[in-house]
Amino acid sequence: MTGANANGVAQVAAGGGRIDPMHQFEVQTIWEGFALGGRQIAFTNSAAWMVAATLALIAFMGMGLKGRLVPGRGQVMVEGFVRFIDNMLAANVGPEGRRYVPYVFSLFMFILFANVLGLLPLGVFGVHPFTFTSHFTITGVLAIMSFAIVLVVGFWRHGLHFFSLFVPHGTPVWLLPLIPLIEFVSFMVRPFSLGLRLFVAMTAGHVLLKVLAGFVINAGNAGLVTGLGVGIPSFVLMVGISALELLVAGIQAYVFALLTSLYINDAVNLH
Amino acid sequence: MDAEAAKLLGAGLAAIGAGMAAIGVGTVFGNFLEGALRNPGAADGQQGRLFIGFAAAELLGLLSFVVAMILIFVA
Repeated sequence: MTGANANGVAQVAAGGGRIDPMHQFEVQTIWEGFALGGRQIAFTNSAAWMVAATLALIAFMGMGLKGRLVPGRGQVMVEGFVRFIDNMLAANVGPEGRRYVPYVFSLFMFILFANVLGLLPLGVFGVHPFTFTSHFTITGVLAIMSFAIVLVVGFWRHGLHFFSLFVPHGTPVWLLPLIPLIEFVSFMVRPFSLGLRLFVAMTAGHVLLKVLAGFVINAGNAGLVTGLGVGIPSFVLMVGISALELLVAGIQAYVFALLTSLYINDAVNLH
Repeated sequence: MDAEAAKLLGAGLAAIGAGMAAIGVGTVFGNFLEGALRNPGAADGQQGRLFIGFAAAELLGLLSFVVAMILIFVA
């Protein structure tokens, strides 16, 4: 991506202003780090917000792990989340699904905290949140982890019989050359669609918010009439879209965990 | 036509896909609600399937966004 091109398009998107909605996705180096195999391993703002999400998650879990007989607020929240994931795996995988609760729970909570952390209005205090789930490198790695678990569990439990996943029960003989091919493609596309969905949903939402913010600021600079006529409706829309983005942050984390549990179900129970 | 203009036109046309996906997502939730109002007892058990359908419909809309972004920033 050339800087000039991105900047020019951003100006079109922001209505002629100088607000660049793509600037928020820039990965900036905080600490130079060290060189490893000819690559620079640096501590970036992406890594910093991953650490922040992990610390927030640890603090949140710390509220609920006391195991009191009469649970307090924190314990009710944590137990609610755990029960939610536990029920999801029990419904989708069956009794064996409980073994995968730790992984799916970590995945769900990490994505949820990352999404919500990126939406926090910390810019008021001069700290600009970086939504690291809006980068395909991160969501792609999460998706590959889920896919790897599916492959390992599938081959470990069923051996080469795992390939019967590509031939559903009751396939007519004349469809035998075609169905395994389609099933194979749909199987191999899973990690891409899993990572792409989360990354695009977060990117699209944040771009939309920034474009609307650009409308508000540019309208405010253009004078009183434009400021009231364009700025106020844009701001109201922005508040609404922010609420929608909170919903999307939750839904995308849920969908990622749900699809992971479905894929684990394929690996555990075949079709 | 100028190549840059064609790119931006293509990116705009990709927004049709987002609108179509909106119809799809609306169909998924609308039909779920219709069924859920007829048989509220069975509704809670089907929420997982609701979100699978939602995720499938939504992915295709997000893909059109990816097409637009590729046209603008990469192509």
